[in-house]
Amino acid sequence: MNLWAVTLATLKKDIRLEWRSKDALNSMLFFSLLVVVIFSFSFDPTAEESRQIAGGLVWVGFLFASVVALNQTWARELRNQVLDAYRVSPAPPNSLFLAKALGNFILVTLLEAVMAPLFIVFYNLRAIGPAWQLIPIGVLGTWALVVNGTFFAAVSIRTRSREIMLPLLLFPISIPAVQAMVEATRIILSGDGAARFWIVLLLTYDVVFTTACLGLFGTILHAE
Amino acid sequence: MKRLFPILSVITAVLLAYALNQALAIVQIPGVAPTERTMGDVQRIFYYHVPSAWTAFLLFMVNLVASVVYLIRRNPKADAVAVVCAEVGVVFCTIVLVTGPIWARPVWGIWWTWDVRLTTTLVLWLIYVSYLVLRRFSDSAQTPVLAAVLAIFGALDVPLVYFSIWFFRTQHPQPVIGGGGSLDPRMWHVLLINWLAFCCFAFLVCWSRYRLEMLQREVEEAHALESLVGAGAVSAKASMPLNRSPR
Repeated sequence: MNLWAVTLATLKKDIRLEWRSKDALNSMLFFSLLVVVIFSFSFDPTAEESRQIAGGLVWVGFLFASVVALNQTWARELRNQVLDAYRVSPAPPNSLFLAKALGNFILVTLLEAVMAPLFIVFYNLRAIGPAWQLIPIGVLGTWALVVNGTFFAAVSIRTRSREIMLPLLLFPISIPAVQAMVEATRIILSGDGAARFWIVLLLTYDVVFTTACLGLFGTILHAE
Repeated sequence: MKRLFPILSVITAVLLAYALNQALAIVQIPGVAPTERTMGDVQRIFYYHVPSAWTAFLLFMVNLVASVVYLIRRNPKADAVAVVCAEVGVVFCTIVLVTGPIWARPVWGIWWTWDVRLTTTLVLWLIYVSYLVLRRFSDSAQTPVLAAVLAIFGALDVPLVYFSIWFFRTQHPQPVIGGGGSLDPRMWHVLLINWLAFCCFAFLVCWSRYRLEMLQREVEEAHALESLVGAGAVSAKASMPLNRSPR
């Protein structure tokens, strides 16, 4: 079967399901709104301080919020043994993985598009460096979170207490990516230096782990 | 093989005792490590810190190789080796992370800094702790596959962590091997003796843990078989090879 046709079909199905229920999106939005509010209570920074810390706050907030969506990725497929049906179907495993990762990517990007203005309002942010670079950082950073997140959600679905297991597996592996996102965002907001190294690092992380996920997803799906 | 175990234990004990004396210079015999000129006796923790680090990295490397072998061959022995190396490696890595700050406080004046080697070691430790947690939380026959995949992801992650922190800055003394650091030949000698002793000790612990792991799996298999017989399913299923159910 054609990889892209299956990917597109699965992606459409997931988006339609999400559009009708809006479970993941609503819980993610409300969760990250809570994070923004609690962070701005906890720290009351001046304009200069908020440029230094906002990168960290934004990405930690998105990281926590994306776990909410990632946990629901595969849980949906366990009902009615859909995952087992996938396993015996001739559809290539990677198309299933790509569809799930792209679905999560769209969800988390939507979340970021809604929450980023709120962060700007609450922290009075104004970028001193080249602000357009925040777009590649956002895209690469989001993909870095969701590609491994989707993969480890498939791993943690096989364990006891799976909702707790996902962050325990995902966060250690995500440390370099989170550091790169936070540093790049901080550099652009505060305007000291160039963010090029961190963008290249993020790109490397994305390439390495996308390859690894595509290479090993079949093994995970068929593990028995 | 089993007769070798007590012999190796005795050799390891003697080596550890000799290496301890050489490192701490308790009895003045030829070849003991001299006192470092600027740091004084605090530096002697180096003979435990560095060999523990090397041993931990060696064990993690064996874990990675065993994981890859398991994914290719699906040999349960490779999986047992991987578990054992991860567990013992985490213990040695913990020793590194504890002895490091004890040394750093009097010498650098701080307990911890986000330096390349410190951070990489910490992240490696975190990854392997999550590896052990995964094994603990998953009790199906798929556990070995999931764990082996996680080990590969961890190995891919470590170089990225290294580069990301390396770009920041570094405070750790230059590594003795491949770096600009110079070490008194007597210190070198003591360091290598300690490493040899630690490797023997690690091997010994891994060996007994491996035997324990294999015994445990046999017991679990026997239990599974027994419950099948008890359920009266023996005629249908006893001839089928049982799924091994590792932890």
